[in-house]
Amino acid sequence: MFDLISFIPRAVAQSIPLLYGCTGETITEKSGNLNLGIPGVMYVGAISGVIGSFLYEQSAGDQMNGFLTIFIPMACCLLGSLLMGLLYCFLTVTMRANQNVTGLAMTTFGVGFGNFFGGSLIKLSGSEVPSIALSATSRAFSRSLPFAANLGWFGKIFLSYGFLAYLAIAIALTASYVLKHTRTGLQLRAVGESPATADAAGISITKYKYFTTCIGCMIAGLGGLYYVMDYACGVWSNDAFGDRGWLAIALVIFTIWRPNVSILASMLFGGLYILYLYIPSGMNLSMKEIYKMFPYLVTIIVLVISSMRNKRENQPPASLGLNYFREDR
Amino acid sequence: MDSQIPAVRMQNITKTFGKVTANKDVNLDIRRGEILALLGENGSGKTTLMNMLSGIYYPDSGSIYIDGKEADIGSPREAFSYGIGMIHQHFKLVDVLTAAENIILGLKEEGRLNLDAAEKRIREICSTYGFEVDPKQKIYDMSVSQKQTVEIVKVLYRGADILILDEPTAVLTPQETERLFDVLRNMRADGKAVVIITHKLREVEEISDRVAVLRKGEYVGELKTSETNAQEMTDMMVGHAVSLNIERPEPKDPKPRIEVKNLSVRSSDGIRKLTDVSFDIRTGEILGIAGISGSGQKELLESVTGLQPVESGSITYIEDDGSRRELIGMDPRHIQAMGVSLAFVPEDRLGMGLVGSMNITDNMMLRSYRGGHTVFTNRKPPKALADRVVRELEVVTPGLTTPVQRLSGGNVQKVLVGREIASAPTVLLTAYAVRGLDINSSYTIYNLLNEQKKEGVAVVYVGEDLDVLIELCDRILVLSGGRVSGIVDGRTADKNEIGLMMTKAGGEAHE
Repeated sequence: MFDLISFIPRAVAQSIPLLYGCTGETITEKSGNLNLGIPGVMYVGAISGVIGSFLYEQSAGDQMNGFLTIFIPMACCLLGSLLMGLLYCFLTVTMRANQNVTGLAMTTFGVGFGNFFGGSLIKLSGSEVPSIALSATSRAFSRSLPFAANLGWFGKIFLSYGFLAYLAIAIALTASYVLKHTRTGLQLRAVGESPATADAAGISITKYKYFTTCIGCMIAGLGGLYYVMDYACGVWSNDAFGDRGWLAIALVIFTIWRPNVSILASMLFGGLYILYLYIPSGMNLSMKEIYKMFPYLVTIIVLVISSMRNKRENQPPASLGLNYFREDR
Repeated sequence: MDSQIPAVRMQNITKTFGKVTANKDVNLDIRRGEILALLGENGSGKTTLMNMLSGIYYPDSGSIYIDGKEADIGSPREAFSYGIGMIHQHFKLVDVLTAAENIILGLKEEGRLNLDAAEKRIREICSTYGFEVDPKQKIYDMSVSQKQTVEIVKVLYRGADILILDEPTAVLTPQETERLFDVLRNMRADGKAVVIITHKLREVEEISDRVAVLRKGEYVGELKTSETNAQEMTDMMVGHAVSLNIERPEPKDPKPRIEVKNLSVRSSDGIRKLTDVSFDIRTGEILGIAGISGSGQKELLESVTGLQPVESGSITYIEDDGSRRELIGMDPRHIQAMGVSLAFVPEDRLGMGLVGSMNITDNMMLRSYRGGHTVFTNRKPPKALADRVVRELEVVTPGLTTPVQRLSGGNVQKVLVGREIASAPTVLLTAYAVRGLDINSSYTIYNLLNEQKKEGVAVVYVGEDLDVLIELCDRILVLSGGRVSGIVDGRTADKNEIGLMMTKAGGEAHE
């Protein structure tokens, strides 16, 4: 029997890292930067948070301050992702390196960075299993409203998540509003569509690209943090984050660059990602991989349909992936 | 009106790009209540000079004075603050935004984004100068002339009183050009300073008060329009005397070479591009094709060369001995091997036929690499051809190994047209061969076409400038919305008549 009430919360929990990654990547792409480094950024965000909280848990011992327990990992995560964003911008905007190459290199780098420091921490903690558990921090991150448990299915579906889940939705809604209804959003879209036009209109391309890419990376980094601290209950083990970063990039295309759509779409992806747990497939493990393919399959179908309909609003930002240099001829 | 202090004074302006000097010691005055025409060949540095005024480029040396005060224009935003607005040759508009959104783009206004207020102001500006713009319309739904109007409204919205227009008429029909000129006259009467960059001398004579001439990046001098004529201006531009008459040798024994019958074409989205088009292309003759851009010219030429799938109709190639071959359904490569050659110059000049990042020799090789018997390419013939094209067409380039995208637009075109002509075709199809070219280069191209004609090649010339079509072509086919609205004799045709036929909806053929 398909258990919707247990399925939905799991799908949502699965969707939040995707939503962070997707929102971050969407606003980055709106500025014309195709940041394929997002999977790496999410790794770096996660491990930075883990390092922060590990050190804090070690030093504070039993007297952990509730605020610092949350603040330190978050600040470390944002800082780590910000540095990745700055690196990407420096390479592509200032040095005008190829965006695809830079992004892919950063993904490789970010995953390696995460695993290296993850491995080091595991050694430091001297644990038996190849993972670190940050249970105190995780408890703070995944705490839901106290009365949620009393509200039956309603509480389970809507109120059973940690604060980062609601933050993800708030950020996506804000991003959507900013893009559509503010001057900044209008100018950002212009930068991504036609930087030469935006430049001639007196908009600083460099500033917009740096700001949105860095903010996008920070948002994406939070996705990594959510994964470790909330979804994985504070347990870091190498490579556990898997291909979620790529799924987030696929989600950007799936939602045709709309952060508000991505809230529901990420839940759909999250659901597809864990569907195999709910469909009786016997002990056949290969079925699991087939089900995990679904999100990508759906993305390809959306890509085909949106290309076929050829509506201008549904196309990627026109200068996506291209670097801008004013005096280029 | 203070005519002593010019609105803009540029002094000893120099700008270089790498080794190329685009402007050298240029001095220029722009005055209010006056339309100044900036004249010069391709690559003479007109656009570069004006880009320095609008903040796109920054001069290497020299100074700019606005209303007598020295100004430092480091960015487009600063240019706006001095009241300078430029309408670029390639429109700087964001396709997926509406007219109003484009117009307010980059403005620093207080408070929330208020599109309604902006739309109201846009309507006011439009009614003042006589524009027609729908602020809510998306740019990608607009015609070229509507886009241009949006550009002009954009600079006026920013309160510009020094307007620079870079080749504004290149894409307009004669009627649209007239309307634009009326607007410009309104602005002049309003006390604005207007600069128009062009190389169409008739327009210079019609609209401007004063002409400034640049040659190879240097300032040659200025003239009062009322005291000069086309011949004098051309000589100044080119630096030596040029004959301004386009030759039109009598066609020798024209015979039908290609017969097009009831051709209908739909684009891949199912939109009808050509309806029931019938005509013939004759040897030793230049057939002109006139029409507003996008009336089916491209589809027509591509159907003949086998690049475009045809819905119905027939295209027949007639050999010298009278035998006939159907071209529809044939491989484009075979059609090319029969000597049907296409030189299409798209709006961005590079899109079709040349690879921007490859050098001239390699681009020549694109046509010939299939020849030869080994897997290795033979670079000698294309290199010789490149050398010849560069020499004969006076292509300005640092060398044969320079990527073509580094060349100025006109020079890129010379490479393209030169290559097509060199393939010794029996049918030469050219589209917009002189698009954006200066007078001297245009005449080189006209002469090349005439030479081909004299050798018995059937030449098709798709053009934008009606004056040229009338002077150069033996017959002119007028397209309107994918239909033939008439075929007229070039010797007796009238510009206004063709202009009207271009905009006609239906179409009854008369010859």
